[in-house]
Amino acid sequence: MVEKLTSRFPERALLLVSLLVYAFLYAPIFVLMLFSFNSTKSTQIWEGFSLRWYGELVHDPEVLHAFYNSMIVGVVSTIISTVIGTFAALALARYRFRGKSVADSTIYAATVMPEIVVGVSLLAFFVSVGFHLGLTTIIIAHVAFSISFVTIVVRARLAGMDRSLEEAAMDLGATPRTTFLRVTLPQIMPGVLAGALLAFSLSFEDFVITFFVAGVGSSTLPLLIYSMIKRGVSPVINALSTVMLAATVVALLAVGGFLFRREEH
Amino acid sequence: MTGKRISRRSFLRLSGAGALAGLGVAATGCTVNTTAQQGESKGGGSKNQLNLYNWTDYIAPSNIKDFEKKTGARVVQDFYTSNEEMLAKLQAGGTGYDIIVPSDYMVQIMAKSKLLEELDHSRIPNFKNIGKDFRSLPFDPGNRHSIPWQWGTTGIFYNRRKVGKKIESWDAMWDPGFKGKIAMLDDARELIAAALEHLGYSINTKDKSKLEEAKQLLIKQKPLLKGYFADTDSDQMVAKGDLLLAQNYSGNAMLYIFKNRDLEYVIPGPSSDRWTDNMCIPKGAPHLDLAYEFINFMLSPEQGAALTNYTMYGTPNHAAIPLVKKKIRQVPWWNPPESVMKRLQVMQDVGEATRLYERIFTEVKSA
Amino acid sequence: MDEKGRWSRGLVALLFPAGFWLGVFFVVPLLFILVYSFGESGIYGGITITFHPSNYLRVFDPLYLDILVRSVVIAALNTLFCLILGYPLAYLICFKARRWKTLLILLVMIPFWTNLLVRTYAWMVILGGNGVASHLLEFLGITRGPVDFLFTPQAVMMGMVYGYLPFMILPLYASLEKLDVRLKEAAQDLGANRWRTFWRVTFPLSIPGVLAGSILVFVPSVGEFVIPDLLGGSRTVLIGNLIQQQFLNARNWAFGSALAMTLSALMLAAIIAYIRKVGADKLEGI
Repeated sequence: MVEKLTSRFPERALLLVSLLVYAFLYAPIFVLMLFSFNSTKSTQIWEGFSLRWYGELVHDPEVLHAFYNSMIVGVVSTIISTVIGTFAALALARYRFRGKSVADSTIYAATVMPEIVVGVSLLAFFVSVGFHLGLTTIIIAHVAFSISFVTIVVRARLAGMDRSLEEAAMDLGATPRTTFLRVTLPQIMPGVLAGALLAFSLSFEDFVITFFVAGVGSSTLPLLIYSMIKRGVSPVINALSTVMLAATVVALLAVGGFLFRREEH
Repeated sequence: MTGKRISRRSFLRLSGAGALAGLGVAATGCTVNTTAQQGESKGGGSKNQLNLYNWTDYIAPSNIKDFEKKTGARVVQDFYTSNEEMLAKLQAGGTGYDIIVPSDYMVQIMAKSKLLEELDHSRIPNFKNIGKDFRSLPFDPGNRHSIPWQWGTTGIFYNRRKVGKKIESWDAMWDPGFKGKIAMLDDARELIAAALEHLGYSINTKDKSKLEEAKQLLIKQKPLLKGYFADTDSDQMVAKGDLLLAQNYSGNAMLYIFKNRDLEYVIPGPSSDRWTDNMCIPKGAPHLDLAYEFINFMLSPEQGAALTNYTMYGTPNHAAIPLVKKKIRQVPWWNPPESVMKRLQVMQDVGEATRLYERIFTEVKSA
Repeated sequence: MDEKGRWSRGLVALLFPAGFWLGVFFVVPLLFILVYSFGESGIYGGITITFHPSNYLRVFDPLYLDILVRSVVIAALNTLFCLILGYPLAYLICFKARRWKTLLILLVMIPFWTNLLVRTYAWMVILGGNGVASHLLEFLGITRGPVDFLFTPQAVMMGMVYGYLPFMILPLYASLEKLDVRLKEAAQDLGANRWRTFWRVTFPLSIPGVLAGSILVFVPSVGEFVIPDLLGGSRTVLIGNLIQQQFLNARNWAFGSALAMTLSALMLAAIIAYIRKVGADKLEGI
C-alpha cells in the first residue's frame, strides 16, 4: 500500500519533466507560427494580424521551388542513407573482421568533420572528376554525411538484441530473406525509423555543405533562407513552416488514426 | 554463429540493390541534368539564359523582367551571403555563372587570383553614365575587371532621441555611458576599420604597430558591447530599442528612418569607409554575350534608377540619379557632398596582411 | 560469421554500399584535405605542398588551444544537459506510452523540420528584454522588471541543447524501446524497488543508447558555431568559427585543413577511449 502511494512520485516527476521538455521543444514553434501572421516584415516585432505572407507564399516561385528541391533531396537521400546505414549497422554489430576498426573509425570520422571541410573538399572532388553540379551532387553529399548517423542509431538498437526469434524462424524453414523481412526488420524498425528521422532532419536543415555542392539554379530551402539574412528573413518562411507543420500533424493524425484502428484488431 | 546463416544470400540481393542504387545515382550525375539546364558547357544551361550570382534582394524584380523582355533570355539567380563564400566556391571550381557581384576588396583578390574576365569596354558604351567618383577606384584602376553596381557607407545607426544628442564621431562607440547598448559589425575588416578610423589611420594599413594599437582599442571596447552582429540583426535591434548605437550600413538605415523619425544614421569622423559592390564576369562564363548585354543594360539611367529605388542603396550611375525617388534623394547621406566624400576611405585588399587582420579579429573576440 | 575474422559474402554485401559511398564521397575528398594540411596556401589561391608539418605546429599556439578547450567544454556540457533532459522523455515514450510511441517520437522531431534560423529568431523573441520569458517571470513574481537573457552564456547553452536534443532522444529511444518489460517485472517481483530496478536493470541495458546519443551530440557540437554566434552575440571564438574563418576569410586552406584533421583525430581518440571505457561489447549484437 505504501509502495503504491510513494510510487506515484517518480511517475509524476517523469511526466512533468517530459511535459516541460515538450513545452521547451514547441515554445519557439508557437512564436514562429504567430509571426507568420504578422502584418509587417519583421519576425521580431509584432505589429498586427495579417494573412499577407500566406498570399505571398502561394505566389512566390522561388520559395516554392526551393521547398520542392529540399523535399526531393530530403526524401531521396533519407531513403538511400537509411538503407545503406542499416546494412552497415548490421555488418558492424554482428561480425568481427579484419579491418573492422578502420570501418568503425570511418563511420565516426564522418560525424566529426566540420561542414566547411566536407563542403569544400567535396566540391573540389566533384570538379576534379568532372562531375556536373546539380541536385544530384547535393543528394550524394547528404547521403554521405547521413550514413554514419543512421548506422550509429541502428547499432544502438542492435546491441544486445535477442536473436532467438530469428533463429526460431530459420529453424522453422524460413529463408534468410524472409527472416530478414518478417522477423529482423520489424524488430529493429524503431531504430531504423529513428535513423531515418535524423537523416531527414539533417538533410532538410543543411546549409554549408549544400552551398558548396549545389549547381546553378538548384537552391534548397536553407540556401534561400540563409541568403535572406542580408535583407532580413521575411515571415514568408514562417508561413511556409507553419503550413509544413500543419500538414505533417494532419498527416500524422490521419496515419496514426488508421494504425491505431488496425492495432486494435 | 547464427550470423552467417542469416546473412549470405538474402542480403547479397538486397545490398546489391542498394549498391546499384548508389551507383545509379552517381552515374546520373554525369549524364542527366536534374536542374533547369540542357547545355553546352559545364553548368551552362540553355543558350538563352543568364546565370546571375548575387546577394539576396539586390536587384529589382523589374530589372529582371525588363531584361528578359528585351533579350528574350531567361535570368536564373543564385545567392550567396558573403564575398568569401562566393570566392571559396569559385576557387574550388564551382563554375557556371555569368555575372557575380563582389565587393571592392574582393574584386582585387579575385583579379589577382585570376578568376575574372578582363572587360572589353567597347562592349559597354553605357559606362559613360558612371560618375567620376566611381571610376577607376583604387581596387580596380581602369575598371579592367569590374563595373560599379551599388555603393554605400559604413557609419553609425542610432536612436537620436534616446541617445540625447547628435553623434558626430566614432567616440560614441567607445563611450562607457552607452555600455551594453553598443553593437559592432561581426566582420574583421569593418571592425578593425572602425578602430583604425578612430585613430586616424588608413583602413588598408599593413603597419603592425598601427594594427596592434587598433587591436588594443578594440579589446578595450569589448566590455561595452552587447556583441558583434550582422548588419541585418543590429539594425533591427536599434529599431526595437535593444540597442542605442550600431555600426551599420547606409542601405540598412534607409529601411528604418522613414518610419521612425527618432532613428538616424551618420557618417562619423574623422573618417569612415565607403564600399562599392560591382558587376564582374567570372572566367569561363558560359554566356559571355548576354553578360555584356546585362552590364550595359543595368547601366542605363532607367534601370539604374529602378535598381536604387528598390534597394535604396547609393547608385554610382550619375545619369540615374535624377530618376531616383525624391524621398531617397533628399536623405543627406545618401549622396553626400564632396566634403564628406573626401573623408571616406575605400576598402582594398591588404594581401598577406589579411591573415594578420583575421588573427587580430580572433584575438579580440577571444579576449 | 568466420571465427578467423575472414570476410564472408554476406558481410561484404552488407558493408559494400556504405563502404563504397563513404569511400568515394568522404574518404577521397578527405585525402585532398590531408594533402592540403601539409602545404602552404597562397593568399591568392593555389597551394604549394611542402610536406612540412608547420601547420600542425601552429595548432599548438595558446590562442588556438584555448579555443579548442572552450569548444570541448561547451560540447561536454551540452551532452550532459541533453542526457538529463532527453533520458526521461525517451523513458516515458518507451514505457509509459504504449500505443502513442511512434507518434510521440515524431512529435519530438517535427520542430526540427523548421529552419534553424527561423527557430532562433523565435527564441530571440522569447528571450529578449521585452520577450515572453521576461514577462512570464515578472508575472510569476520571480523577477521585478524586464530581464534580457539574450546574448548570455545561458542563452547559448539553451540554444545548443535545443538544437541537439533529438540527437540524444532518438538513439535512446531506439535502445530503450527493445527493453523487455518482463525484465523489469522480474526484478520487481524479486523485491527491487523502482529506483533499484532502474539503476540495476533498465539503465545498464540502455547504455548502447546512451553511448550512441552521447557521441551523436558531443562530436558534432564541438564544431558548432552558428548557434553560439546567433544567441551569444558572437562574443567568443570556437573551433568551428576558426576553421570556417581559415577557409573563407584568411584563405588559408592549408592551416584550416590541419585544424580540421587535428580536431578529427582528437575526437576519434576520445570516441575510442569512451567506448573502451564503457565496454566495446555494449556496441555488439553478438
